[in-house]
Amino acid sequence: MNEDFEPKIVAFLCNWCAYMGADLAGTSRIQYPPNLRIIRMMCSGAVDPVYVIKPLLDGADGVLIGGCHPGDCHYQEGNYKARRRVAILKNILHQMGFDEERVWLRWISASEGQVFAETVTEMVEALKEKGPNPLKELWGT
Amino acid sequence: MRKVGVFVCHCGNNIAGAVEVERVTEALRSYPGVAYSIDYLYVCSDPGQDLIKEAIAERDLDGVVVAACSPVMHETTFRRTVAAAGLNPYLCEVANIREQCSWVHRDDIERATLKATQIIETIVEKVRHDEPLLPLAMSLVRRALIIGGGIAGLQAASDIAAAGYGVILVEREEGVGGRMAQLSGTYLNFDSTVDLLREKIEAVTRNPHVTVLTRAQVEELGGYLGDFKVKVRRQGNDEEYEVGAIVVATGYELYPQEWLSEYGGERYPDVIDGLEFERMLSPTGPTGGEIRCPSDGRVPQEVVFVQCAGSRDPERGVAYCSKICCMYTAKQAMMYKMQVPQGQAYIFYIDIRALGKGYEEFTQRGMEEHRVLYLRGKVSKVFPQDGKMMVWGADTLSGKGVEVAADLVVLATPMVPSAGAFELARKLRVATDKHGFFSEAHPKLRPVESLTPGVYLAGACQAPKDIPEAVAQGSAAAAKVLSLFSQEKITHDPIVAVVDSELCAGCGICVEVCPYEAREIHPLTKIAVVKEVLCQGCGACLVACPNKASQLRNFTPTQVMAMIGALV
Ligand SMILES: Cc1cc2nc3c(=O)[nH]c(=O)nc-3n(C[C@H](O)[C@H](O)[C@H](O)COP(=O)(O)OP(=O)(O)OC[C@H]3O[C@@H](n4cnc5c(N)ncnc54)[C@H](O)[C@@H]3O)c2cc1C
Ligand code: SF4
Ligand code: SF4
Ligand code: FES
Repeated sequence: MNEDFEPKIVAFLCNWCAYMGADLAGTSRIQYPPNLRIIRMMCSGAVDPVYVIKPLLDGADGVLIGGCHPGDCHYQEGNYKARRRVAILKNILHQMGFDEERVWLRWISASEGQVFAETVTEMVEALKEKGPNPLKELWGT
Repeated sequence: MRKVGVFVCHCGNNIAGAVEVERVTEALRSYPGVAYSIDYLYVCSDPGQDLIKEAIAERDLDGVVVAACSPVMHETTFRRTVAAAGLNPYLCEVANIREQCSWVHRDDIERATLKATQIIETIVEKVRHDEPLLPLAMSLVRRALIIGGGIAGLQAASDIAAAGYGVILVEREEGVGGRMAQLSGTYLNFDSTVDLLREKIEAVTRNPHVTVLTRAQVEELGGYLGDFKVKVRRQGNDEEYEVGAIVVATGYELYPQEWLSEYGGERYPDVIDGLEFERMLSPTGPTGGEIRCPSDGRVPQEVVFVQCAGSRDPERGVAYCSKICCMYTAKQAMMYKMQVPQGQAYIFYIDIRALGKGYEEFTQRGMEEHRVLYLRGKVSKVFPQDGKMMVWGADTLSGKGVEVAADLVVLATPMVPSAGAFELARKLRVATDKHGFFSEAHPKLRPVESLTPGVYLAGACQAPKDIPEAVAQGSAAAAKVLSLFSQEKITHDPIVAVVDSELCAGCGICVEVCPYEAREIHPLTKIAVVKEVLCQGCGACLVACPNKASQLRNFTPTQVMAMIGALV
């Protein structure tokens, strides 16, 4: 494991749950590593697979998608759509010989600040273990 | 190119304590599209807001990024500020560098500062591509539809009418009053329901603002919050009404006894359910209030009440607690003892849930004053023997089996949603839970709203409830309707889907995925159109569209791609 390597993570967080969970981690002053950048989405179901692939091609080391728990989606079923889509996407990434474990989908509610912070910490650890994303090198993007 | 102004807030020491605000401000100054960048102690303060207004005027800004606390806190504030300076409010965005940066990276000022800079850059990218939007104006018909004329519906109707607004009350039976009209007296005081109801019914039927439609049902619903179109079928004829809000108050019915075969309900005349016993106790009922065995009319000397008959029993009945049965069973046993003092009343129970003001004392009174015998345990079987109903149970306190030769058995079967509730929910586009009760928008904070804007819930259609709870919820739903009606005008967030007619192939995939029926294929142009007031901006259609013809305003792929570009 390269201790100096700091993975870069792009997160797409649902406005109604995971984004609020990230806010709660802040109001509760729970500290976590500063490796993640958040893009606010209206719902996890609005995350296009292309949005996940783009940062990976550009050199991000991981992508996190945060949605409401099953049954809690503000728009009824967006998170189920996200779950199906991410499963397919991971499958495709795997087929392409890419490490699909760099893409995480997590359910984080507005009251789960702790869970959010732990997720980030865990993801940073896991990506440090993996090392830098080779995709950018391979494709010379 | 857009000229974006960036305003970086110190938030006292909240942000400045972990982020070098001046460095961030300086870094942003040379970012493409940024025309002005400044930091300030509290941007949300009056002088802070003035700073934004002045900069818009003096530097001709056409985009604003406030880097501060979460947009949840002050997005509205800052959008109002820019609007006051003549800029479209949707050209102002908030970059969250407090909750999602300074507060969570206290020990690494260097990286927190870099992160803050990047967060702001992504939002600058978003603003550069934001388009000015106007809130969508919606019409507001200040008249309410109430479905169901039980106590909950009557309460909502009388409150709304008392405020001077029109009410259409749709009731499918001959008359209003609902289940309460079938009851005898009510716990805790044995007050006659007929007397209690009379006043409520008069308040509604005498009010000139209320139209009561009986033997009527909702056939079809179109439109949306503020402007629903309802088709009501009444006694064979269809009538159309326009209303701005809807209160669902369709109440409950009891779980069918015949589905509990071990108790023999519907098979043996002397096994009845709670509502049948209420009719027997009621002066307006078939026996004129006399308690009689349905089989031969004799006065029952031993009556067994079976609580939780089908409740809290996912295998044979429903998983939930019907909530009110402990109380009405206590009431019924006492009313029996008052009428037949020498008789014996037994109540089989799992545990007694007397949750309410004075409720515990009431059940105690039954045991102490009226000598009602409570037996803790479940009844396993009820069957006829020598002209009596044999009740077999287990007393879980003594561990012994119990056998009672009863004249009459009363089953406290659970409340379930009234027949047709599911079909109605589909017509109203309102969600129901797994038991078929109408789902509230939030179990704690929005208990009388459905997730469908403009549709509110009251009474036992949402979950088992007693009369005071149904009344409270009726009034609460009315208050929601009144706060809607008291608004001068209503608007809808313009962050909605839009279709690029050049790209749309008219395949209709997006029509299928939209959870709000906000899309249709135009009959002439054969491409998708968005009914903007119905669209909630969920984004399902964008991802589903194979041609990327559907986009969400101010959340376009161009924007997201540019935001990603700013990050990596
Ligand atoms: C045996 C028994 C005893 C009880 N005793 C007490 C007591 O002592 N004290 C107490 O506080 N509570 C008691 N309750 C509870 C009480 O009955 C309810 O709390 C109350 O009736 C709920 O009122 P509601 O308006 O929500 O529903 P309901 O009374 O069920 O009224 C619903 C109305 O909607 C109408 N409706 C249904 N579907 C449609 C449709 N699709 N279109 C148009 N109209 C429709 C129905 O015809 C009905 O008029 C008792 C309940 C039972 C079963
Ligand atoms: S899915 Fe896309 S192409 Fe198909 S109808 Fe909808 S907007 Fe048009
Ligand atoms: S954004 Fe959601 S609600 Fe709006 S049209 Fe698309 S699918 Fe329907
Ligand atoms: S609204 Fe959060 S996942 Fe759909």
